[in-house]
Amino acid sequence: MSAPVVVSRALTKVYAGAPVVDRVDVNIDRGECWGLLGPNGAGKTTFLRMLVGRTPPTSGEIRVLGYPVPQQASAMRARIGVVPQLDNLDPDFTVNENLRTYAGYFGIHHSRLRARIRELLEFAALSHKADAYLSTLSGGMLRRLSLIRALVNAPELLVLDEPTTGLDPQARQLIWQRLRSLRSEGITQILTTHYMEEAERLCDRVTIMDHGRLLESGHPRALVSEHIEPHVIEVHGEGLQRWHKETAARLAPRHETAGDGFLYYLNDERPLLEALSGQERLSFLHRPANLEDVFLKLTGRELRDG
Amino acid sequence: MAESTTTLRRIPHRTARWLPVWRRNLRVWSKLALPSLIGNFGEPLLYLLALGYGLGALVGRIGDMPYMFFLASGIFCSSAMMTASFEATYSAYSRMAVQKTWEAIVTTPLDVFDVVVGEVMWAATKSLFSASAILIVAWALGAVSGGYAVLAVPVALLSGFCFASMAMVVTALARSYDFFLYYTTLGVTPMLLICGVFFPIGQMPAGVQTLAWALPLTHSVALARPLITGAAPENALLHLAVLALFGLVALSVAATLLKRRLDA
Repeated sequence: MSAPVVVSRALTKVYAGAPVVDRVDVNIDRGECWGLLGPNGAGKTTFLRMLVGRTPPTSGEIRVLGYPVPQQASAMRARIGVVPQLDNLDPDFTVNENLRTYAGYFGIHHSRLRARIRELLEFAALSHKADAYLSTLSGGMLRRLSLIRALVNAPELLVLDEPTTGLDPQARQLIWQRLRSLRSEGITQILTTHYMEEAERLCDRVTIMDHGRLLESGHPRALVSEHIEPHVIEVHGEGLQRWHKETAARLAPRHETAGDGFLYYLNDERPLLEALSGQERLSFLHRPANLEDVFLKLTGRELRDG
Repeated sequence: MAESTTTLRRIPHRTARWLPVWRRNLRVWSKLALPSLIGNFGEPLLYLLALGYGLGALVGRIGDMPYMFFLASGIFCSSAMMTASFEATYSAYSRMAVQKTWEAIVTTPLDVFDVVVGEVMWAATKSLFSASAILIVAWALGAVSGGYAVLAVPVALLSGFCFASMAMVVTALARSYDFFLYYTTLGVTPMLLICGVFFPIGQMPAGVQTLAWALPLTHSVALARPLITGAAPENALLHLAVLALFGLVALSVAATLLKRRLDA
């Protein structure tokens, strides 16, 4: 069994007296895709900044690929790839020049570069855009370029901060497919996202973070079955309040308001579905429980603007 | 995409890690070299021609030196200052705050210090380009004499390093482009006017002269003017030391401030 790729112990970052990351312990194993979920301001970004050696912890420690960080961050970063939340590609350069220039920061030898870049462009379906300027690329293409830029040094660990935010479904599918193929090559991945279905599809293990603390960690399906009843029925419509009070609240003791509707969590869905069948004015959706239910249960429903 | 990685990576040595940053800027510049040259070199050239012929006809000589000689060697230094100052403020700030180029670089083995040194070295290199262009024009106008003039070129590089480092401190503190107006108005323009570029420092009141000697451009001129006009500079080591000291102190201040700003 090889050593974990990332180990942190009581990792803490305090800004202006308030802990943003609070005594965080993680072990990320080689080859896994580890998802970090949390509302805005939960401390995800600060955790990642400490992980790549961009900001020193206030206390506690973190080792990445065996290197103590930030003391040996530079040597560590030579072996990882980072896909930032917002593209910071070089607008003055073509696709090819972006990759060459970035490779230069790793001191990658010219003789090896041409073949490597060709391979990466193919991987990202960007071969036909090699000499194009970035202004001619779609959002999905730019994202893919950010991804292969992070692969230019053949990293053992890939850190992805919201890799598909703002992309259309086709573009997201393509990124997901590429991330799975990197995963099958054994590249460890750390991923933050606001899309629960993205975490469910890609991650071997997700960790939910809030207020700087790690709340839960586990395989997405295991977390769902541990925290949420298997059936969820969402109900909307006229007269809902009354029907809820008279019927549903009794049939589904665990429920929540969600906007102008109700969510009912059930081990046995049949009684509630039967009760709904006579209600013409109510519309409903019956679905399996998912990671979003877990996320909202653990982090609450109030809006986070921050 | 896995790859036998030992063949691929060769992390640059600590002391050479700024080089890829410098090379990145050179690569961008080489795409836009013409407009950039016109910007860096056109304006000082116009000053040189207009003042050299216009004012030169009235002034005649300064001491035993034709005014065109005096002016060309002064503008050689001021163009180095202007180029470095602009590059390390407006251009560097764009890369830091707007394009987030630095943000991308510091996720590689390079860190903020490497970026700052690379940017300063690059701005110094641009100073070298524009001052050299002035030197060639001055030579074509017959305002260069003697072989020492070649030694003025490294002086331009050192001056560029000094002014770029000073400007980088301003960039470290800037929250928007408007901030650079303070530095231009309170730092760069006064130096341009009182450090002996257009007329001798001795023309000014004693207090202003003292101030002038406390500013690096004066020392840059004190080195370059004799070299370009065919004499050996006096107190050369002192002037070199002032430029180097200003540069090194400013560079370490800038690096500390930027480290704090970007890696908080």
